[in-house]
Amino acid sequence: MRDLTNEIVELIRRTSSSLPKDVEDRLRTSIEKEAPGSAARGALETILKNIELSRANSTPICQDTGTPIFYVHYPVGWSTIQLRRQIRAAMEEATKKSYMRPNAVDAIYDKNSGNNLGGDDFPYIHFEEVEGEELTIELMLKGGGCENVGRQYSLPENTLGAGRDLAGVRKVVLDAVQKAQGQGCAPGILGVAIGGDRGSSYIKSKEVLFSEMGTRNDDPKLAALEEQLTKESNELGIGPMGFGGKTTVLDTKITGLSRLPASYFVSVSYMCWAYRRRKMTVKGEEVMYD
Amino acid sequence: MHQIQTPIGDEVIRSLKVGDSVTLSGTMVTGRDAAHKWMIETFIKQTRPAQGDDLQVHEELKKLLNGSVIYHCGPVVTGKSLQEYRFIAAGPTTSIREEPYQADVMKHFNIKGVIGKGGMGAKTLKGCEETPGVYFHAIGGAASFLAQTVTKVTGVFKLEFGMPEAMWVIEVKDFPVVVTMDSHGGSQHAVVDEASKKVLNDLLSR
Repeated sequence: MRDLTNEIVELIRRTSSSLPKDVEDRLRTSIEKEAPGSAARGALETILKNIELSRANSTPICQDTGTPIFYVHYPVGWSTIQLRRQIRAAMEEATKKSYMRPNAVDAIYDKNSGNNLGGDDFPYIHFEEVEGEELTIELMLKGGGCENVGRQYSLPENTLGAGRDLAGVRKVVLDAVQKAQGQGCAPGILGVAIGGDRGSSYIKSKEVLFSEMGTRNDDPKLAALEEQLTKESNELGIGPMGFGGKTTVLDTKITGLSRLPASYFVSVSYMCWAYRRRKMTVKGEEVMYD
Repeated sequence: MHQIQTPIGDEVIRSLKVGDSVTLSGTMVTGRDAAHKWMIETFIKQTRPAQGDDLQVHEELKKLLNGSVIYHCGPVVTGKSLQEYRFIAAGPTTSIREEPYQADVMKHFNIKGVIGKGGMGAKTLKGCEETPGVYFHAIGGAASFLAQTVTKVTGVFKLEFGMPEAMWVIEVKDFPVVVTMDSHGGSQHAVVDEASKKVLNDLLSR
């Protein structure tokens, strides 16, 4: 099996230092909505300068290079043992090259491992075997500030008048955005999972963030709710960095999964504006990056 | 635009109001979760005995922080020694986690400015009135951009906390911030929180 360690280091470099174009485009459009001379507009201008500088110099967009979340889709015949080994070696190398900040801290002994490797779960790697010849590795870097403002609700949530239906989902998501204020580095992107157990619900709320900006759910009801939540979140007036302003949320992505009769979880993963996600595809000898 | 040099005098701090744009130059020190907990437990509440170089670092910090600024930041730093260290990514981290500690740390060291993101709460706001001091909001995530204002790394304490949690002594030139909490009880964060809460209640009633 081919050794992809160097190619994965390159994936990490790109993810950490070069924001995807669809995210950058949204940020550029948002600037026009903020009043000239306002702190909100100033924040977005600085954000855009930072995006260009990071890309030009291969330096991290944000010093919090986040939780590395890998999703690997591999064809029959590849070894996940070897792929895991290569991803971990790449993570260590990318940390040496300062594409990544050492971010894995032993929670019991408060010790930073110094190389972004911590137990079996850091970095987080999800493997899935697929039909066909293409291997894809997707990487998302999700910072701690935005991870901390994520929320999970168990419906009904009486304090918000939120029942077990999409109207209730709307209410709790808006509550999560209001509670986040600017602390998750607004403007943010919302990943919402409805259903599941506590664990699967949170995982899906992140997984949905791998899709492109503006991707709508196939279900028209959920697609409409996605649009409505983005619009209503922006009515809250929290604005970039929580300075006050019109741009609080850039996009909302919702997914549904099966739940137990007794449970109705809604999980909200808040992604900061530094929405770092990249993909590499391996086909035969060729390695392509998005 | 106010151009301010550290150390900062009380009259300059009192002149700053919520909404003011400021560029900071001079020496400042980074400190975040582990550093705040350590300072409170070892020197302020003294619930933990000083160990290793704690007392020596305390003396150094008293000199460095007096009239100066603490920056909530866990940077990406290259290099292996003081001569080589260079900040390459250094935006602010979320400040609210230091809310239990910040006011006491400000008073203990006579810190005039706290840089971070996301704002802080009532206890720190009161600390800003009493010290006096202000909260400077930097742009979260603008790490490469802000690192360019760091002209020199002049020291590092508590590297055993790990690179992000160590206390880095840096010189900056024209570090851009916005005052979002002032020494007169003003807080942009309290204003936005309250206004957005009203809108939320209205949306929930629909």
